Amino acid sequence: MKDLPMVLLRNRKADRTTGLQEYRTSGGYRALELALKELSPKDLCGMVVDSGLQGRGGAGFPAGRKWMGVAEDAPHPRYLVANADEMEPGTFKDRVLIHADPHQLIEGMLLAGYAVGASKGVIFVRPAYGRMAEILEREISKAREAHLVGQHILGSEFSMELEVHRSGGRYICGEGTAQINAIMGLRPQPRETPPRTTEKGLWNMPTVLHNVETLACVPHIILNGPDWFKGLARSQTGAGTKLYCVSGKVQRPGCYELPMGTALREILEVHAGGMRPGSRFKACLPGGASTRFMSPEFLDAEMDYEALRRMGHRLGTGAIIVFDETTCLLRATVNLIRFFARESCGWCTPCREGLPFVEELLDGLEQGRGTREHVEMLRSMADALCNAFCPLAPGAAQPLESLLSCFEDEVLEHLRLGRCPYQTR
Amino acid sequence: MEATNQKTGLLKELEQRIRRAEHPRELVVDVMLALQEQYGYLSDDALEEAARLLGMSLLELEELASFYDFIYRRPVGRFVIRVCDSVVCWLEEGEKLGEHLEARLGIRMGETTPDGLFTLLPVCCIGYCDMAPAMLVNRRVYGNLNQEKIDKILEELRTGDERKGLPR
Repeated sequence: MKDLPMVLLRNRKADRTTGLQEYRTSGGYRALELALKELSPKDLCGMVVDSGLQGRGGAGFPAGRKWMGVAEDAPHPRYLVANADEMEPGTFKDRVLIHADPHQLIEGMLLAGYAVGASKGVIFVRPAYGRMAEILEREISKAREAHLVGQHILGSEFSMELEVHRSGGRYICGEGTAQINAIMGLRPQPRETPPRTTEKGLWNMPTVLHNVETLACVPHIILNGPDWFKGLARSQTGAGTKLYCVSGKVQRPGCYELPMGTALREILEVHAGGMRPGSRFKACLPGGASTRFMSPEFLDAEMDYEALRRMGHRLGTGAIIVFDETTCLLRATVNLIRFFARESCGWCTPCREGLPFVEELLDGLEQGRGTREHVEMLRSMADALCNAFCPLAPGAAQPLESLLSCFEDEVLEHLRLGRCPYQTR
Repeated sequence: MEATNQKTGLLKELEQRIRRAEHPRELVVDVMLALQEQYGYLSDDALEEAARLLGMSLLELEELASFYDFIYRRPVGRFVIRVCDSVVCWLEEGEKLGEHLEARLGIRMGETTPDGLFTLLPVCCIGYCDMAPAMLVNRRVYGNLNQEKIDKILEELRTGDERKGLPR
């Protein structure tokens, strides 16, 4: 592959984490120096708005617009939260990113903190990533010794503390408002919005919450400019590079940094090494469990937020889970729904009651005990799930709805045979 | 005697951290995890201790302890084995590995071996889908698993160096 930009993973090594010195040698913390010497917080906001950077946690919300959500006269202290909870099935990019180059996240947090006037940053880490929490604490303290974190950073007027928050573990903690409750020691269920967290977040103060990958892009935007960042993308509507995680029935599962908008076919066939011998592509989830199944007709799709949205799909986290023709997609959906049912916080009815009901209906169908009426009930449940309080149940509805609409034949085949047509189990 | 000293040391350390914190409640998960490590699980005594240290009510603590899946309100084994059962590990026949573990240990998911060494639990996606199927033993990840590998890991956990350095 010629001219593939390496930005976020340029310091990735096979066997170890990049330390502070190495990060600096590679140009690290130069964006921070530049910002503190020559740029105002407003300049930084403007650059990130112009860069077209979209939130990499799944929603694709423009990062610069989120920063602008903190009013100039908003009260202090203000907070920044880096969401390293990463519990969307299929997603492991933030783990790769932080293990490869933790200072990139630290610098991104400092820049974002400078832009929105935050004096404290919190990195929220899931229990399965215990090693990551240790790496971050070690590297934050090295950055502190080098006057990059803490009071009067690099001799400037800007001060910001960083700390790691270890989660007790639950998927819902990845949802922004639930994460804020979790950090505050409250039961981590989502909060009602508005007010947005940029107005009233942690301890009711203005709080900007970003995914790890989003923050890691910021130093590069400040150092190289918004136009450069935009130009990294392959699609008209995308910006920057994207960490695509590929898993499932491909030859080389892994995390690949590619231009935003790279075609699904290229990601799978060139970078992930194609399908395993003897297996044929049947479908994929393009961005974790909360996205719709994509059938082979979408193989030439440009994998960016806008391009997929126009096709009725979602890029989500860019975690591509690949299924082959031997996989029962009905069974796969039972698995996905079971995950969501188990991880529901239980707060609202569509999610708490709806998901176990969907699981039961689907499971029956898969085992050949279903009827056409059950299929129709599932369709109406897919709609009903979207009335939930937070995005968890609407996320669960995505694979369900696409199974029923795009793979209806496979569902009906279970009815016709009175059993699962796939004999692999 | 040593255990009492250890406990006093831990409580002092936690008290200090809580005193220094701007918002002590932020430490509630850390405090519960630390006490859990000390007591083996978050027993009623440990929960009361946490409530006292943080100035929170027992009910508030219970509400959190019962929510988080890495906090154990019932006794668990020295090693908590959590087998990923989310979609990518399922694709890689992770179900069979769970069944293999159940057979090898003679327990079902959710149970603890009579010798108190192993607890078996399902866990949702642990973010190691590039190494599926995967599992956690306490906080350590094991990936690209098969039956032989699991047997070896169990053997090492029973006898070898793997026993060290695996906090719950």
